[in-house]
Amino acid sequence: MSINNILTAVIAIIAAPILGGLLFGIDRKITARMQNRFGPPVLQPFYDFFKLIGKQGIAVNQTQMVYVLGHLFFAIGALVMLVLKQDLLMLMFILAFSGVSLIMGAMSVRSPYSKIGAQREIMQMMAYEPVLLLMVVGVYKVTGSFMISDIFNHDKPLLYSLPLLFLAFIYVLTIKLRKSPFDFSTSHHGHQELIKGVTTEFSGTQLALLELTDWIDLVLLLGLISLFFAKPLWVGILIALVCYFFEIVIDNISARVTWQWMVKITWVAGIGAALVNIVWMYLIP
Amino acid sequence: MGIISKSRKKSPWIMHYDCTSCNGCDIETLACLTPMYDAERLGIINVGNPKHADILLVTGSVNKRNEIVLKNIYNQMPDPKCVVAIGACACTGGIFKECYNVLGGVENVIPVDVFVPGCCARPEAIIDGIVQAIGKLDEKAEAMKKVAK
Repeated sequence: MSINNILTAVIAIIAAPILGGLLFGIDRKITARMQNRFGPPVLQPFYDFFKLIGKQGIAVNQTQMVYVLGHLFFAIGALVMLVLKQDLLMLMFILAFSGVSLIMGAMSVRSPYSKIGAQREIMQMMAYEPVLLLMVVGVYKVTGSFMISDIFNHDKPLLYSLPLLFLAFIYVLTIKLRKSPFDFSTSHHGHQELIKGVTTEFSGTQLALLELTDWIDLVLLLGLISLFFAKPLWVGILIALVCYFFEIVIDNISARVTWQWMVKITWVAGIGAALVNIVWMYLIP
Repeated sequence: MGIISKSRKKSPWIMHYDCTSCNGCDIETLACLTPMYDAERLGIINVGNPKHADILLVTGSVNKRNEIVLKNIYNQMPDPKCVVAIGACACTGGIFKECYNVLGGVENVIPVDVFVPGCCARPEAIIDGIVQAIGKLDEKAEAMKKVAK
């Protein structure tokens, strides 16, 4: 690992939360404008974060912090792998570990809200993990390698050969960002049927770290979208931002669905689209 | 003070508990959160979970049945925290003060920082009460630090 790589990783670790927090702030502002409100300042997520750091720490049990830190560090690990253009398959596994840490944290307490939230989170993982893995398979079929650096070396953008996989990935993005209609593991508003789902029993610094992880996750997922148009990278980033705006619109116009509906539709439409794309590439080389 | 103190003023998360209110003050409290008054532009979010909340809004008079619930919610909130009593019933017990099962105002059970009078309290007054409570959060944080030392 050269000095250059270490420098890139450090810059990414510092820049990603700032960028993610700003994107969340813009999300809240746009959402407010769509509901004909003025909305909070763009820096509101940072205010929330620093306020939570200053609060008293109440831990329900001693292992909770370990899971929160696991959730954070696995997300950072996945981010570092993305910016260093490492193995895409390994990145997906590390991302799954990050999700599992959160579920373990939510399961480690005795609150029924937290447990139900964790169970719904498991359903979400069950829905999106196959699509993420099929995306890696599709990328391998196109570039002949799992490495992200080979996507950049590939002469044609991935989007031309993987359009259906791209749609499936955007669909999965809604589940991964926990936006409505798939926000049932952490209900968006705290006074709904699940209070706050998996984050119910976390408070103070722990909740702040969970928010930080959310910001990093957002940047990571938008980065994965931009890989689909990697040749001029700025086009990819533009596509990712348009997708994010699309997610905000979907978030505002839809109500929550049941987990059965989510798993059914994700498996039929998401995996279906991904498989059709991969089979089509085998038939028409 | 630093960035944490500044952030504390800009992101007060409220939690609303209804102690046998007649629904008059409740509806006015929730009206503050609607797009018309749009409390979110001040960073105010209604969180429904005591572990995330900074400010507890209590409406209605406290009686012997919900006293334990109110204490439980208050004790689950992490410091620094504030309590705002909204409406005549929450301030003094109101017209129910003489009832045999009513304990009177909220201050008989948990410490109250801001009293918002009125029957029912106007949304402007409630938002003003929340803003006053935000000002008291910093003092509480200072006291919290002294206890830690």
